[in-house]
Amino acid sequence: MLSLRRVSAGYGSFRALFDVSLEVAAGEAIGVVGPNGAGKSTLMRVISGMLRSSSGELVFEGRSLTRLPAHRIVEAGIAHVPEHRRLFAKLSVEENLRIGAFLPQARRHYAERSEWVYALFPRLLERRRQLAGTLSGGEQQMVAIGRALMSKPKLLLMDEPSAGLAPLVVEQVFNLVRLIREQGFTVLIVEQNLQQVLAIVDRAYLLEVGRIRLSGSAAELKDNAMIQQAYMGL
Amino acid sequence: MKDEVIRRLGPLLLAVLGLAFVPFVTSDYVLHIAIQILLWGFVYTAWSLMGKFGLVSLGHGAFLGIGAYASPLLWNYTGLTPWLGIPIGILLAVLLALIIGYPCFRLRVVGHYFALVTLALSQVALLTIVAARDITGGSLGMTPKAVGHSWYALQFPEKPYFYAIALVAWAFGLCIWHLVDLGKGRAALEAIAEDEGAAASIGINVMREKLRVTVTSAALTALGGSLLSQYFMYVNPDTLSGIAVSLQIVFAAIAGGMYSVFGPTAGGLFTIALPEILRISLGTNFVGAANTIYGALLVIFIIFMPRGIIGWVESRLAAAPAR
Repeated sequence: MLSLRRVSAGYGSFRALFDVSLEVAAGEAIGVVGPNGAGKSTLMRVISGMLRSSSGELVFEGRSLTRLPAHRIVEAGIAHVPEHRRLFAKLSVEENLRIGAFLPQARRHYAERSEWVYALFPRLLERRRQLAGTLSGGEQQMVAIGRALMSKPKLLLMDEPSAGLAPLVVEQVFNLVRLIREQGFTVLIVEQNLQQVLAIVDRAYLLEVGRIRLSGSAAELKDNAMIQQAYMGL
Repeated sequence: MKDEVIRRLGPLLLAVLGLAFVPFVTSDYVLHIAIQILLWGFVYTAWSLMGKFGLVSLGHGAFLGIGAYASPLLWNYTGLTPWLGIPIGILLAVLLALIIGYPCFRLRVVGHYFALVTLALSQVALLTIVAARDITGGSLGMTPKAVGHSWYALQFPEKPYFYAIALVAWAFGLCIWHLVDLGKGRAALEAIAEDEGAAASIGINVMREKLRVTVTSAALTALGGSLLSQYFMYVNPDTLSGIAVSLQIVFAAIAGGMYSVFGPTAGGLFTIALPEILRISLGTNFVGAANTIYGALLVIFIIFMPRGIIGWVESRLAAAPAR
């Protein structure tokens, strides 16, 4: 569905990604894990078109994304749940969802899509009129995911859904991700929280200082001695 | 949607109908002030289209100046009627808006930095006009060749004609304000104002939305500038271009209330009528007193009424218990 071939990117003269290649097949949940500063968010920004790659190729469903601006990539079917949620804090939950359906084809199906999102997260229906900025962290994450789902994406990019949340809420957020998976969405999730993310993805890539160090099934990575030592403290 | 249009057009129609009677009951002097309030109110409304979405432009003096100079210059040097000269001025302002807007939005120049870039723009426009003094008359200004009452030259010595033109322009400006407010672009621009990255991540074409509102605002401002110069029959870089004019536009729109449709017009009332009243009542007894009071009032407005005069009235009405 999505493939990256030898993608490099950076900021000015600083290079954050070096020849990164990865594959996501339809229906899969893929994790990209790694420590702080490994380039995980940069990778997300490159896929969603917020940052241009300096070399390499991005292909989504047989179509090159390499030079497309962000709004075209959403149109192509990739939605991005940004790091730290980035909600429109001064707008209500409902307005946040409405603006998530900004593209013409999504706007036509606004009613059914929002109903679907509310059915998925009944909590949001209760808080529909509340300002998004006043919700709890977990609820905000629901809004962020809901907002991304409004465009009816084929692939959902999730950038550190657990960032800045309390451990108990992190648990809830991963349950949300599990829920999204069960709905049949293809998910690419970036996380620092290895243990949690390896429990919900099929395969994962380990990113270190801008390079893919390892890749394999979730089980393989979980059993990998190096990962256990460096990231799980086992 | 239809109800909404009626609800919005109602007050506007009433205002236009009420104001249409003004020429029959007042003197030329009052009319002279009213024309200025309407034309400046139109310009302030044009600015608020951007301002209310956090696009604080200090460069509107440049757009105003282009509009103000284009038609008199073309009239004096080529004999081209303002009916074509004004659209050409608008076109030039749009072009300038694109030249400034595109790189700014591409490079994510926002907030204070955007204000600074546009601030420079208005000063460049002023200096250009002054430097081209052989053509523009420099800081002495210039006068379009007068031909008396003429539709072709868009010159009317009688005030009611220009009052009608100003009223139509003003009503047109408020209609555009409503169109932007009702359009789908509004949600997009609000999202962009709050978080550009998040807006882009849900499929909003940030560049297009910002350029569209900037171009609209610049075009209307240029139209306002050309009507002002046609009315005054005199253009001067200091009164129709440059930083001082840009700041006047920003202050008036903020003081009046840039989030309400009548706010910028109230700002026009405030910035045109008040100094006039102070000037008359204080006369030459205290030179500078009028400006000082005017400035002090402006500061007080901005501190205590951040949503402007009209915004303050609206919140008062909303807070009043319904009986």
